[in-house]
Amino acid sequence: MHELAIATNIADAVCERAAGRPVHRVTVRIGALTAVVPEAMRWCFTLAVEGTVADGADLEIEHRAGAGRCRACGAEFPCADLILLCPCGSADVEVTAGRELQIVSMEVADVRHLRL
Amino acid sequence: MCGTCGCDQKIEVVTLEQKVLARNDEIAEANRERLAGDGIVAVNLMSSPGSGKTTLLERTIRDVGRDHPVAVVEGDQQTPLDAERIRRTGCPVVQINTGAGCHLEAQMLSTALDRLAPPRDGLLFVENVGNLICPALFDLGERERVVILSVTEGADKPLKYPHAFAVAGLVLINKIDLLPYVDFDVAECRRHVAAVNPKAAVLEVSATRGDALPAWYAWLAQLSTLS
Repeated sequence: MHELAIATNIADAVCERAAGRPVHRVTVRIGALTAVVPEAMRWCFTLAVEGTVADGADLEIEHRAGAGRCRACGAEFPCADLILLCPCGSADVEVTAGRELQIVSMEVADVRHLRL
Repeated sequence: MCGTCGCDQKIEVVTLEQKVLARNDEIAEANRERLAGDGIVAVNLMSSPGSGKTTLLERTIRDVGRDHPVAVVEGDQQTPLDAERIRRTGCPVVQINTGAGCHLEAQMLSTALDRLAPPRDGLLFVENVGNLICPALFDLGERERVVILSVTEGADKPLKYPHAFAVAGLVLINKIDLLPYVDFDVAECRRHVAAVNPKAAVLEVSATRGDALPAWYAWLAQLSTLS
C-alpha cells in the first residue's frame, strides 16, 4: 500500500505551503505508468489529511495517459503499461508521458478576508 | 467565491507543481552524495518474500567480505531475524522494521546510515522489504537496484510486476539448483525481463550451490571500479 506513503507526502507538502490556512481542494497529476491506483489514493488521502488543515479537502486527480517514442524508428505511440514495444518491433522505447506524480495546485481559504 | 460550496469565503489557488516524492528524492540525493563521499557503493535489493535475498547476502558476505568491507541494512515489517542471520557472518548490520510500511524510504536509510556508519570504500547492501510493488517507487540514494526472482516463482513475474524490473540494473534468477523439480522456463523469463527492461543484465544463480556467483561478484566489482 504505497499509496498511503504517497498520500502522506502530499499531505505534508500541502500543509507546509498552506501555513495554517484551511485547504479546500488539492489537485494532483498521476500518470498511468506510475503504479498508483486512484481509488486507493483517494482513500489514503482522506486518512493522511485527518486532523490537519486539509482535513476534508477534495482530492482532484488529473490522469495522464502513457506514451512512448521509439528510439529506433522515431514513432510515437500510446503505452497502456510498461511493456514498451514499438509496432516496428523495437523495445528501445523512451517513455514520454505517464510517469507523472505531481502536486499541481491547491485551493486555500484566503484568511486575509476572514473576519476573525 | 468558494468553488466547493459557493459560500463567499475568498479562495486562493496556490500553484505547487512539485513532485509528490520531492522530499524523499531530496533525502535520497543527500544519501547518494554522502555514500559517494565515503566511496561506498550501495545496492538496493528488491524481491518478493522468500526469493533467497538473505541467503544470497550471507554467501556474498562470506565470499566478498574477505577482501572488501561489506555492511548491510535490513528492511522487514517485523522481527530482527534477518539482521541476526547477517550478524552471524560478522558483518555490521542495522535492522529497520517498517511496521505497517511495505517499503523503505530515503529517510529510513539516512537514519540507518547514522547508526551503522558503514566502512569507507566498501559495499553496502540494502535489503528492501520483501515486496515487488512498493519499493520500486522510492529512491533511497542507492547506486544500483537489483531484483531477485527465484525459480519457485512464476517466469511471468517481470510482466506482472513491471515497475520493479523496469528500474533494475541487474536481475538475478535465483535457486536454479531447483530447476529439475519446478516448471520454470528460464528463456521465457529472460524474454519477459527484456520486454520491460531491455538494458537489465540477467544472471542465473544459486545462492546455496554457488552457481554463477563469480559473475554476480564481478558485477558488483565493476560498480566499485566505475565509481
